[in-house]
Amino acid sequence: MHIKEFKVKWGMVIDLDKCTGCGACMVACQAENNIAPVTDGSNKLRTLTWMLIYELSNGKDFPEHDIAYLPRPCMQCGKPSCSTVCPVVATTKDEEGGIVSQIYPRCIGCRYCMAACPYHARYFNWFDPVWPEGMEKTLNISTSVRPRGVVEKCTFCHHRFAAAKEKARAEGRDPMKLEEGEYIPACVEACPTGAIVFGDLNNPEHKVAKLARSKYAFRLLERLGTEPQVYYLSRREWVRRQADNYLENEKTKGE
Amino acid sequence: MEGKKVAKTKSCAVLPFVTFIVGFVGALVLGWWGFPKVLYSEKAQPIRFSHKIHVEDQGMDCEQCHSFREDGSYAGLPTTEQCAECHSEVMGEDPEEQKFVEEYVNQNREVGWLVYQKQPDNVYFSHIAHQDFECSECHLDVADTDTPPVFYENKLSGYSKNTMKMWQCERCHAQNGASNACYICHK
Repeated sequence: MHIKEFKVKWGMVIDLDKCTGCGACMVACQAENNIAPVTDGSNKLRTLTWMLIYELSNGKDFPEHDIAYLPRPCMQCGKPSCSTVCPVVATTKDEEGGIVSQIYPRCIGCRYCMAACPYHARYFNWFDPVWPEGMEKTLNISTSVRPRGVVEKCTFCHHRFAAAKEKARAEGRDPMKLEEGEYIPACVEACPTGAIVFGDLNNPEHKVAKLARSKYAFRLLERLGTEPQVYYLSRREWVRRQADNYLENEKTKGE
Repeated sequence: MEGKKVAKTKSCAVLPFVTFIVGFVGALVLGWWGFPKVLYSEKAQPIRFSHKIHVEDQGMDCEQCHSFREDGSYAGLPTTEQCAECHSEVMGEDPEEQKFVEEYVNQNREVGWLVYQKQPDNVYFSHIAHQDFECSECHLDVADTDTPPVFYENKLSGYSKNTMKMWQCERCHAQNGASNACYICHK
């Protein structure tokens, strides 16, 4: 498959040793992206979590027991398996910045992309979203709401990218040369421990570009060749080992 | 006998032709005049706002009311508060102005202006990215109108007839070498 190369490649580095699993990123994401309040969180047909925290365990008993939390947004893959299977071109990776788009009115709800995505980052609207009376006032005008019957996913808060470009234009700067921190998604802003870092992976000045080259950096299911733009960091070998399907005799990547 | 037969075939050739013309013209009238009449309802603005008085008589610029905010986003139509900077009281003799002051300024209400170019919720448009173009390349040229143009509302979709269509955005982007990536215009 042909990979489009971009001058700017927005990426995220999530330090799993800093993540406390508090869930602030999930809440910030739901509020920012007009995800309707969940009626029943135990019913997985009714939960839409663009950002989802997984709990990892090393599987050992008490004194050696250890856990880690892994926030999972859309990986914005360099070679997205979702967009290649979409029969109606409702999801593409064609914009400068490398964010995988999702156009709701175009989506026919076939859910091929959900089957193709190895990260389970996509969600289907089985029901129309309902905002309890009064809560519709919390809707964000920068994001559109999705009806029943379409797939949705994390967009790296793309509307914030658009807003940052507008601001740069207003100040007479080049909108494609944003300063570090001018555009960050809601989850990054909300993270109280600073575990999530966001920026341009192609810009060596940006913190993400440096962190992504760390010896502790890894990506999820890296050997599938999807080239995710989301990196994780952990000094703990057992955490890194859970990111991919290693054979018993294989050495974990990193360090 | 022979002559009669010829005359009969002649009339036979004319009749289908006339029927075709009548049907063709009828279909055109129905499609170009009748169908739009049925599809669009004609609406007038809540206040008969005269751009002409503001632009020509008062010498105002478009930007004085339709301005950018500091963060580069577009404020679009002025609020009642902005209008009241001048129209806190009735200034002229126009009954529409009196209506505006009494019903909106004094009661602190916003006017429900009908926006000719209103885009659907899933469309993102950046005015500042297009500021080198003339407003009238996309918007109706209202600067010298005394009465706002009729607002044609599509009865099925609820959108304005003047709302720019996706193919128009795409064509202009292609002609100007701008990106046509989905997320350039969608949100």
